[in-house]
Amino acid sequence: MSDYLVQFNNISKFFGKVIALKDVTMRLKKGEIMCLLGDNGAGKSTLIKTLAGVHKPDEGEIIFEDNKIVFDSPKDALDIGIGTVYQDLALVPLMSVTRNFFMGREPQKGIPFLKTFDVEKANKIAADRMGQIGIDVRDPSQAVGTMSGGERQCLAISRAIYFGAKVLVLDEPTSALGVHQASMVLKYIVKAASEGLAVILITHNVHHAYPVGNSFTVLNRGKSMGTFQKKDISREKLLSMMAGGEELDKLEVELQEMDRIHNKN
Amino acid sequence: MSLKSKSISSKSSLNEDERLKKISPLRVLLNRPELGALGGSILVFIFFGIVAGDTGMFSAYGMLNFLDVSANLGIIAIAAAMLMIGGEFDLSIGSMIGFAGICIAIPAIYWGWPLWMSIVFAFAMAVLVGYFNGIMVVKTGLPSFIVTLAMLFILRGLTLAITRLITGRTQVPGLRVLIEDDPLAWLFATDTFKWLFAWLGSLKLIELRTDGTPLATGIPPSVIWFIALTLFATWILMKTRYGNWIFASGGDKIGATNVGVPVGRVKISLFIGTAVASTIFACIQVLDAGSADTMRGTLKELEAIAAAVVGGCLLTGGYGSAIGAAFGAIIFGTVSMGIFYTDVDTDWFKVFLGAMMLIAVVFNNYIRKKVTESK
Repeated sequence: MSDYLVQFNNISKFFGKVIALKDVTMRLKKGEIMCLLGDNGAGKSTLIKTLAGVHKPDEGEIIFEDNKIVFDSPKDALDIGIGTVYQDLALVPLMSVTRNFFMGREPQKGIPFLKTFDVEKANKIAADRMGQIGIDVRDPSQAVGTMSGGERQCLAISRAIYFGAKVLVLDEPTSALGVHQASMVLKYIVKAASEGLAVILITHNVHHAYPVGNSFTVLNRGKSMGTFQKKDISREKLLSMMAGGEELDKLEVELQEMDRIHNKN
Repeated sequence: MSLKSKSISSKSSLNEDERLKKISPLRVLLNRPELGALGGSILVFIFFGIVAGDTGMFSAYGMLNFLDVSANLGIIAIAAAMLMIGGEFDLSIGSMIGFAGICIAIPAIYWGWPLWMSIVFAFAMAVLVGYFNGIMVVKTGLPSFIVTLAMLFILRGLTLAITRLITGRTQVPGLRVLIEDDPLAWLFATDTFKWLFAWLGSLKLIELRTDGTPLATGIPPSVIWFIALTLFATWILMKTRYGNWIFASGGDKIGATNVGVPVGRVKISLFIGTAVASTIFACIQVLDAGSADTMRGTLKELEAIAAAVVGGCLLTGGYGSAIGAAFGAIIFGTVSMGIFYTDVDTDWFKVFLGAMMLIAVVFNNYIRKKVTESK
């Protein structure tokens, strides 16, 4: 039995001639938050979809609790406990909190062929679950459209956990959020990890990733630039490793140059 | 200042929910999709109560008359509403009514099938048509507007061509004699609660013919179907897993798919639903008239959609109710019949229909904004 809950070893994915991912390796222990960092086009989306079972990797293997796994569909990934929360969250704004929480997996009661959606039970669970993360759902039958962005994100994560996720894959959970909302989501992610989940946090925002991550994998143009433990790397180093880093340095130099010329005149 | 007072008040009511804004009962009502149609129905009844209260419109016979028209429209409007909540349209409803009519009449009259078999045949064809509509929309990803518009022409054309080919005309009469003793036809052709009307008649509480029998003989089958379907559809939408899938499929197709809702299957089943509802409509009308007409049901698809929209369904899907659509149908049925009891020229009915729909859409849009309003 290895230490790792889940291992993605040397994953590669090609689309025709395009190499979307090449030899990406990620290994996670229980309770670990690994941040996957990369600029736009680095291959983050492809990697997420491979983790979620949407794409089959062309090379490499996925090992979950010491068993080699092949996903034929997103459902397979869900069934073994890899819960993916996509950027669009899969929430319907016009539907109630409860109806969203149980969308596709509604609890039922009653006799066969006349089974009904157990709304009371669902309401109770949804309100409880949201209460645990400190989101006070005043009325679980209120529309999700009335919730803030951070609350919606937490609802989607909470739903994934409730339905048995052991590995959480979060796609840019904080990208559309303000500082306050983002910190609410990050706090929840840390709490989930402390309860034994492994979390893969995909983001291009180092400032959100660095405080919560235990390890960092940097993706650049489809390749992993390595996985680093937090103690081994600084925030600035991470930032410069992402494709934007050097360019930002260059930009800074250019700006200083412009400033200098401007002042001269 | 305002911040301070907020935090104080939140501390003072820890047991209650400090963030619970007082929501007035009116606001709760406003959040229900069927409110507009319910209010509209009440207004329509008040209007005709004043304008036509003494004309016999609200006698038993008059009421059954406009209820019958409402119920017929309601049967297809409810199915159209469910499909709209599921995020799609069906423009082939009207053509399906005509098609189902001749699917009943031609086998029964020209091929000598028993009536029940022709009825079963018509429903089987409806399932096929609905399945085809559904699979086309789901597999091609084309807008259902286009797919079912094509089906509107195809079915109407088929109905005309086949009928003329087999019968040489565009109407198939002679069904009435077959209804008696048929094991299935009574479902679509029997007035119920006759004893009640006979009793009311004997007490002279309702209008009588010259021979002493009541003018209104019983509740027409359309009304029973209408009520049953409204209850059934509401139960499905509010109380079953499948109902939640309908809302989810219409609200966000991709999101619903990602969490495991079988969106394709849901949509196909809803298309089958509208085709089957059209066939129920056709059965009732064909057996009532005793003949099938190739033009039967023309433009009914638009009336059904209009009733669904007035009933609170959003054109974008994911929101609406069957009860709302039922009230939408009642509004249209009542006005279309009630207008005969007033001095207003019946030509104005369509003006009303259009205006009503426009008001409903503006109102629904406003409601949707309210429902999804961020704090």
